[in-house]
Amino acid sequence: MNYMVPPGLYAIGNPAGNDPVLVTANYKMSYDLVRRSLAGRNVWLLVLETYGINVWCAAGKGTFGTGELVRRIAASGLTQVVSHRRVILPILGAPGVSASEVARRSGFSVSYATIRAEDLPEYLDGGMATRAAMRELTFTFYERLVLIPVELVLALRQIAGIGLAALLVVAVVGNPAAGISALCAWTGAALTGLVLGPLLLPWLPGRSFAFKGAEAGLLWSGAFYLLAGKDVWSGWIIAAVFLALPAISAFYTLNFTGCTPFTSRSGVKKEMRLALPVIGVALLTGIVLLLAGRFLP
Amino acid sequence: MKGFRYLENVATLKLDQAACIGCGRCFEVCPHQVFTLAGKKASVSDRDACMECGACALNCPVKAIFVDAGVGCASGMISEWLQERKLRAPGGSCCS
Ligand code: SF4
Ligand code: SF4
Repeated sequence: MNYMVPPGLYAIGNPAGNDPVLVTANYKMSYDLVRRSLAGRNVWLLVLETYGINVWCAAGKGTFGTGELVRRIAASGLTQVVSHRRVILPILGAPGVSASEVARRSGFSVSYATIRAEDLPEYLDGGMATRAAMRELTFTFYERLVLIPVELVLALRQIAGIGLAALLVVAVVGNPAAGISALCAWTGAALTGLVLGPLLLPWLPGRSFAFKGAEAGLLWSGAFYLLAGKDVWSGWIIAAVFLALPAISAFYTLNFTGCTPFTSRSGVKKEMRLALPVIGVALLTGIVLLLAGRFLP
Repeated sequence: MKGFRYLENVATLKLDQAACIGCGRCFEVCPHQVFTLAGKKASVSDRDACMECGACALNCPVKAIFVDAGVGCASGMISEWLQERKLRAPGGSCCS
């Protein structure tokens, strides 16, 4: 599949020289969303080269940025196409674009319109005014849900690799059934951190993502205990499971900070400094407990 | 953002109110309503909501705002750390 749209100037409907110019990224989904919300109007759409990456991420990287905007305005001959000197940008593009710099270098003034493409019609009809709600970010259940498949695909190899290693090691040190059990425990804990943590984000108490992940991991530990361990596990194994599995989930939920639109870099740094050592110690202790249960009477 | 708060007292955002000319750009670009405009000056009314995206600082015409901007991404930072310690080849970050 191709996620890119060729950059350049597009006409939606039958725009004339005084119609507005909206700017977006050449990520297919952003482009389609903007087009759909503008259907039935006459506007210009200037698509920047962001290499198929959405506006928010591209702005963070600087590809949706001052330089590309100025270049694209010049390359598309926008000054000959429209009589006004104004371009309308998505608010989430602002981390990459300096409005004053664009004005200085291209002569075009920048208006930051809305966060969501769906609000564009109202913005355009309302005399280009941004209502408070249009500049307020949301992170709904659905908005979190659509992020998860990508995260899953990215983590799949790692999860499968470590899972298989756990299976082999435990099967050799213990027995094959225990190996299968370890594989299930690991995969469940990783998926809990990757899927359940993000989905339950606002309802898991606490602010730290690692803490939220550990809470989700505790749920999984409990479920796994009821499924597999209730009558067979020794105290050693129970302790190991309830220590190590939440630690694994905590790690994967902590990773989700990269996908959220409200976690600051300083916050994530602080959290990593605190959480990573705790996660490491919990994991190691879990392994030691498992070994102790195996070799001590 | 409604329903979500991250860690407190960590954001690096600083506003030099003496330099501010009250143009309102910071207020326009901030997706977390960190700024309010009172009279002819901006002020920081909710620093803990700041996600350090850098939009305000980049768009302030008089450079009255400082923020240590960057993406808050754990896996990206881990690979950054590893790269700094030459334990891993460059490349691989979040958001790609
Ligand atoms: S860095 Fe971003 S989130 Fe923080 S105040 Fe500036 S615009 Fe708002
Ligand atoms: S963008 Fe800068 S000058 Fe304009 S209101 Fe904000 S702080 Fe003041």
